[in-house]
Amino acid sequence: MTKFIFKRLLEAIPTLLVLITVSFFLMRFAPGNPFSSERSLPPKVKANIEAKYGLDKPVIEQYFNYLKHLVQGDLGPSFKYKDYSVNELVAQALPVSAKIGATAFVLAVFFGVSLGTLAALKQNTWLDYFLMSGAMVGVVIPSFVLAPVLVLIFSIGLKWLPAGGWNGGAVQFMVLPVIGMMMHYISSIARIMRGSMIEVMGSNFIRTARAKGLSMSYIVIHHALRPAILPVVSYLGPAFVGIITGSVVIETIFGLPGIGQLFVNGALNRDYSMVLGLTILVGALTITFNAIVDILYAVIDPKIRY
Amino acid sequence: MKRKLSLISLSVLATCALNAQVFAAEVPAGVELAAVQELVKGNGAEVATLDPHKTEGVPEANVLRDLFEGLVTSGPNGETLPAAAESWETTDNKVYTFHMRQGAKWSNGDPVTAHDFEYAFKRAVNPETASPYAWYFEKATIKNAKAIINGTTATEQLAVTAKDDNTLVIELDKPLPYFVSMLYHTSTNPVHKASVEKFGDKWTRPGNMVSNGAYKLDTWTVNERIVLSRNEQYWDNASTVINKVSYLPLQSQNAEMNRFLADEIHMTYEMPIEHFKRLKKEYPESVKVTGYVGTYYYQFNTKQKPFDDVRVRTALSYTINREAIANFVLGQGQTPAYSFTPEIVDGFEPAPQEWAGLSQKERVAKAKALLAEAGYNKDNPLKFDLLYNTSENHKKIAIAVSSMWKKGLGVEAKLENQEWKTYLDSKKQGNFSVARAGWIADYNEASSMLSLLESDNGNNDGKYNSPAYDKLMADSRITTDPAKRANDYQQAEAILSKDMPVAPIYQYVTARLVKPYLGGYPNNPLDNLYSKDMYLIKH
Repeated sequence: MTKFIFKRLLEAIPTLLVLITVSFFLMRFAPGNPFSSERSLPPKVKANIEAKYGLDKPVIEQYFNYLKHLVQGDLGPSFKYKDYSVNELVAQALPVSAKIGATAFVLAVFFGVSLGTLAALKQNTWLDYFLMSGAMVGVVIPSFVLAPVLVLIFSIGLKWLPAGGWNGGAVQFMVLPVIGMMMHYISSIARIMRGSMIEVMGSNFIRTARAKGLSMSYIVIHHALRPAILPVVSYLGPAFVGIITGSVVIETIFGLPGIGQLFVNGALNRDYSMVLGLTILVGALTITFNAIVDILYAVIDPKIRY
Repeated sequence: MKRKLSLISLSVLATCALNAQVFAAEVPAGVELAAVQELVKGNGAEVATLDPHKTEGVPEANVLRDLFEGLVTSGPNGETLPAAAESWETTDNKVYTFHMRQGAKWSNGDPVTAHDFEYAFKRAVNPETASPYAWYFEKATIKNAKAIINGTTATEQLAVTAKDDNTLVIELDKPLPYFVSMLYHTSTNPVHKASVEKFGDKWTRPGNMVSNGAYKLDTWTVNERIVLSRNEQYWDNASTVINKVSYLPLQSQNAEMNRFLADEIHMTYEMPIEHFKRLKKEYPESVKVTGYVGTYYYQFNTKQKPFDDVRVRTALSYTINREAIANFVLGQGQTPAYSFTPEIVDGFEPAPQEWAGLSQKERVAKAKALLAEAGYNKDNPLKFDLLYNTSENHKKIAIAVSSMWKKGLGVEAKLENQEWKTYLDSKKQGNFSVARAGWIADYNEASSMLSLLESDNGNNDGKYNSPAYDKLMADSRITTDPAKRANDYQQAEAILSKDMPVAPIYQYVTARLVKPYLGGYPNNPLDNLYSKDMYLIKH
């Protein structure tokens, strides 16, 4: 297992390097630059600004300078938010996205797995139809529709919950964003879970367990859950990275200071260092969580060994 | 135009010291104030910086106006009022002497002196500061500003000198009668030397920042909120009513509207146009529309065929039904534009242009004839791309205008939208035929608009080049006679009407939602709002 983890780590380095290189040059090839604005600057003023941020040097030199700083853990200054470095901004935003994302994730897994299992056990009954049509609705309604509707009902109409803001992550500020974010995941998880549970419940070892006279709940918890959850786990790995690095839609609608907003504004403003920094962050997290999923496989399924 | 209580007359006649009025929250008798005076404002986008010498955008300026106080300030109707300078004088519009306000203090208790301004102006033009607004000092023609920005002269040579703690002398290259009105722009704000030097790039952080405005920086969470609290040291602190101001960077207009309706903010940054009619009906007291000194226009690339032909430009411009755009496509109170300079600009009286007086039918008939003369007709229709930056409103207008062109002239304009930075790049490179554009005045004077079309202006993306126009604009800067200058501007507008390098479409308004219990909301045409002038009424 240690050897496996070590191997994955080594593989991650070239993957990240390719990612950084491609993103670096793609950003530079995009039209405009961080300092192009509607009021065009006199050439000398522009040159002064570019000199300050090292943009006057050849691109290839900028690239190696970037790598040099990156090795030291420095993601550089933000070109847009001039009073902050990318490290500071990410350090401020990541906990926000992670807190909302992790909460939504845990709830989505809990409800998704429970509801999916329930639907599978009551296959083709009204409960199954009810849950699955609910899940279908959850999958097709995008968060940019769901979130404003939640705001309309609970903030403007009933005035129970705030329509936005973060306030250090106080519970009442998290309720609507978390709901807005998790509905889609609950639905997807429930649908995957139902399908795989039905398959497992029809297999020979479950029939044997039933023949032994074990109770249904014992069978589900001790025999069926583990094999049935595997497809959900492979779905969750990449989904987890997406969910904790923030949703642009949810963050914009609720005015949350997370990673999603930084990413979009970074791209629109040609904030080179911000976009690169976040790409590296998301890339590194994706690699990490894919590795974790592989390890989880081995834990859950005894047939898989590394 | 009653509002044209002219700042020109203010600054030109300022040969004698002014001890004019100062503006602050004026709560009318009988109005009961709310117990909690905490104002929350939507602010469009996250600020790029809170360093006055590194900013260029509107969201930044909104916050800076509360934090810092320049030599002068912009009054509720756009007039120039004394602020950190109590008075000023000039005899030749070339050398200005400012007398500092006695008793003005920084938030740490240090006195605000002329030396602070000398330091600030020099810092703003210093190439090392790399201020995106350094050009503003060049435009204000402060002596040596240009050479310093170009790196040929030492920063120390900027002709801004503190004679003593109370006297600041600014010398210009040439007479500029409206110089003082340029000084309420936030790029001319002072900064506290000791803290800038002590904290370097981190001086704008809460805890580090020392400011001289009515408020000081309390907390700052990027992409969530900036909170300012009352500056007890501010010289007019006794008149300030609002204790705490929060700025929320809400980029989505719909989300901002929802926050307003949920009673979480008192004042929005803007409002979604598609909800305007409904909001106006349901919350008539909350919808506030004020004039804004800016013009929305279509720009012709005069270096590209056939837009080098004045007949083609004129034909296209005439065919745009401005009334329909302003009243039906937008409908928030925007006014149709027949001149490049908005009518509400201080000291500007637009001379009626002949074509503006015609009916739309007559205009289209003229346009048809002009276009035919230029060689375009049904068999040989004019075809080009109409460029705009991605936005619902620009798209709506582009669809309307292109169908007017199609219907009236048989012109085939293909809509092309580009993301903001790409669009800017295309415009700067001259990669366009006709492009949507907009311009908001930096200061309340016609030159802030008209100089844009001078041949050497870096923002003249359509490369319009008229020696006669350039000469008029150059003359307007030298003359000391306000009547002569107003005449120059009118003639300049007449040339634009004839040459039609741009087709003005409508004049901007500021439309936002404001709680009816927010008192002191002014009518400022530059949208220069100061929280210290406002108060929350008990409701």
